[in-house]
Amino acid sequence: MAEYRSTGILMGSELAGKVPPRERLLKRACAVIECVEEIPCNPCEEACPVGAISVGDPITNPPNLDFDKCTGCGACVGVCPGLAIFLLDLSGGSVRVTLPHELLPVPQAGDEVELLSRAGEVLGRGTVVRTRRAGTTSIVTVELPAEELLWDVRAIRRSS
Amino acid sequence: MRIEQHPILEFRRGRRITFTFDGRPIEAYEGETIAAALHAAGVRVLSRTRSGAPRGLFCAIGKCSSCLMTVDGIPNVKTCVTPVREGMVVQSQRGPGRLNPDFRPREREVRELRAEAVVVGAGPAGLAATRVLLRHGIKPIVFDENPHLGGQLIKQTHKFFGSRAERAGVRGFSIAEELLSEVEGEAEVLRQARVLGLYFEDGKRVLAVAHTDRLLLVEAEEIIVATGAEERFLLFPGNHLPGVYGAGAVQTLMNVYGVVPGKRALMVGAGNVGLIVSYQLLQAGVEVEAVVEAMPEIGGYHVHAAKIRRLGIPILTRHTVVRALGGERVEGAVIAQVDEKLSPIPGTEREVSVDLVCLATGLNPSTRLLEQAGARMAYVPELGGRVPLHTPHMETTLPGIYVAGDCAGIGEASTAMLEGELAALSLLSRRGLELGGEMEATRKSLEKLRLGPFGARPRAGKEKVFALMKGGSGG
Ligand SMILES: Cc1cc2nc3c(=O)[nH]c(=O)nc-3n(C[C@H](O)[C@H](O)[C@H](O)COP(=O)(O)OP(=O)(O)OC[C@H]3O[C@@H](n4cnc5c(N)ncnc54)[C@H](O)[C@@H]3O)c2cc1C
Ligand code: SF4
Ligand code: SF4
Ligand code: FES
Repeated sequence: MAEYRSTGILMGSELAGKVPPRERLLKRACAVIECVEEIPCNPCEEACPVGAISVGDPITNPPNLDFDKCTGCGACVGVCPGLAIFLLDLSGGSVRVTLPHELLPVPQAGDEVELLSRAGEVLGRGTVVRTRRAGTTSIVTVELPAEELLWDVRAIRRSS
Repeated sequence: MRIEQHPILEFRRGRRITFTFDGRPIEAYEGETIAAALHAAGVRVLSRTRSGAPRGLFCAIGKCSSCLMTVDGIPNVKTCVTPVREGMVVQSQRGPGRLNPDFRPREREVRELRAEAVVVGAGPAGLAATRVLLRHGIKPIVFDENPHLGGQLIKQTHKFFGSRAERAGVRGFSIAEELLSEVEGEAEVLRQARVLGLYFEDGKRVLAVAHTDRLLLVEAEEIIVATGAEERFLLFPGNHLPGVYGAGAVQTLMNVYGVVPGKRALMVGAGNVGLIVSYQLLQAGVEVEAVVEAMPEIGGYHVHAAKIRRLGIPILTRHTVVRALGGERVEGAVIAQVDEKLSPIPGTEREVSVDLVCLATGLNPSTRLLEQAGARMAYVPELGGRVPLHTPHMETTLPGIYVAGDCAGIGEASTAMLEGELAALSLLSRRGLELGGEMEATRKSLEKLRLGPFGARPRAGKEKVFALMKGGSGG
């Protein structure tokens, strides 16, 4: 049994090959899809305007992302029912993660937020750069204070 | 307490009205059920047993009888599915209610109807079946006992899994709205219409339906049963206390009526339902202490677990709820680690401060109607309990009667919709339409949704059912 089946937290080993390499992120934003199980689901595949995500047949295949095709547009982030897709971005000297957010209040540009890991631990504080809406899901881009946080920050919370 | 702001939902509340509860006036909104309105007003104890133990809401869909009260002089009314009305007189009961000997019921109308086809249940399975029938020129009558149509879908604020073709990526309640808009106006859809019985008279199929205040006797050429599922209970001391709810009831209160069920919750069960409802509690502004799961691993999809883990909610595998604490309502709970045999390990008990214990320990198919009609049944644990035997095309052992969705084995909305379509296609072929190609394609899509490790159990369950159906056994 993989450890995440009892903890609910993906480890580096499960994410191997799923995370876009640093060099790629220096060029422009790229999606990371943290969806590793064989579940019957494929809206991400259909949402991608450039065909960077493939699930194929059968529908239970885990999605596969072509880092080179991905433009970092974020269309998949707002459609994934698992809230399992994020954008990572190291271009132009920034360190940014974009994540789906479905709690109130809706984060606004300039807000300071707590940065949370996959286990819900507070890793630091960041600043909201931009919030887009995909229906009722907010797609929030946050500037992180350090590059190493990019690999671990997967949720935000209003600073207390 | 009512939810005023929600990240996903907007509550369109009806006209303000007033009714009385044990003599005291309660404000409510038209369209709410009595139990939801009482909850919003902070009333949790709805009635008492003969010995005085408090009873509150448990299932919120009319299936458990935990919410019986006396309404306008009529005892034993299921207040969780009965809408409030201006001036209604609602009273709590002690023990089974008694009818006042002077009470004279109004004459009830009995109406006889005929239909080419009847669909029982307007969840995803029933609505998908209806859509296919309409497409081929058959106008069925659809009955649903709920005041709100859409089955489980109307409580789901999350986007759905499945294939894009079955509307995955769209939020559950929006799928219900879309399906409804396609069938309403075309088919006759009756809400608050509970199908009480299904029987054969002179070789004809007849349904008895309690529709609001009247009784309908419906002679149907063909019937699709899509009655869904009901929640399993869990045995532990204190499970009777108001504040112990089925996960579906918590969803109904929060997501249909916009009423918060408590302040801090303990979730029991880490299957998809437990994980999703925990997330929905957070969205409604309710804190979640932890999710306990007796098995060594999380049952649901990792992506659902990840959503709550990253917001700091612990998922405690090999843990269970030992008891709920409190006299009149839940004031806390004791959880403990369990051993290999799922028994609590002494010395590991821990008290948690919660006012809400939510049970998400599984669903049983709602099959009473088919069972009563004489369909052959079998106990298939992989499908959630006793299920009617059926063919891969959803025909039961009763000619002209088909089954679809959770009542044919617990599955998903996506599989329920495809089963509904298959049931409708079978019905149409029996009437002589040539639909082999469409039927094969639908059956193939259904099979594909059940691939992978999460599909293993339903897949095995269905194989058993099909084999028993072929072999002519079961009982
Ligand atoms: C928390 C939760 C999350 C879920 N998430 C997903 C998901 O992401 N993706 C997915 O595909 N599935 C999901 N599901 C599962 C999905 O909602 C169900 O499998 C699906 O709704 C089953 O459809 P159904 O039509 O068989 O039954 P239901 O939706 O239960 O509908 C049955 C209907 O029949 C009516 N009825 C019952 N008995 C009678 C009677 N005697 N007379 C008249 N009417 C009657 C009921 O009122 C009800 O409206 C989820 C379920 C839950 C609880
Ligand atoms: S970010 Fe845009 S381009 Fe990249 S995978 Fe998602 S949808 Fe496709
Ligand atoms: S939409 Fe999300 S959950 Fe579904 S397959 Fe794609 S990444 Fe996984
Ligand atoms: S029947 Fe009303 S709560 Fe179960």
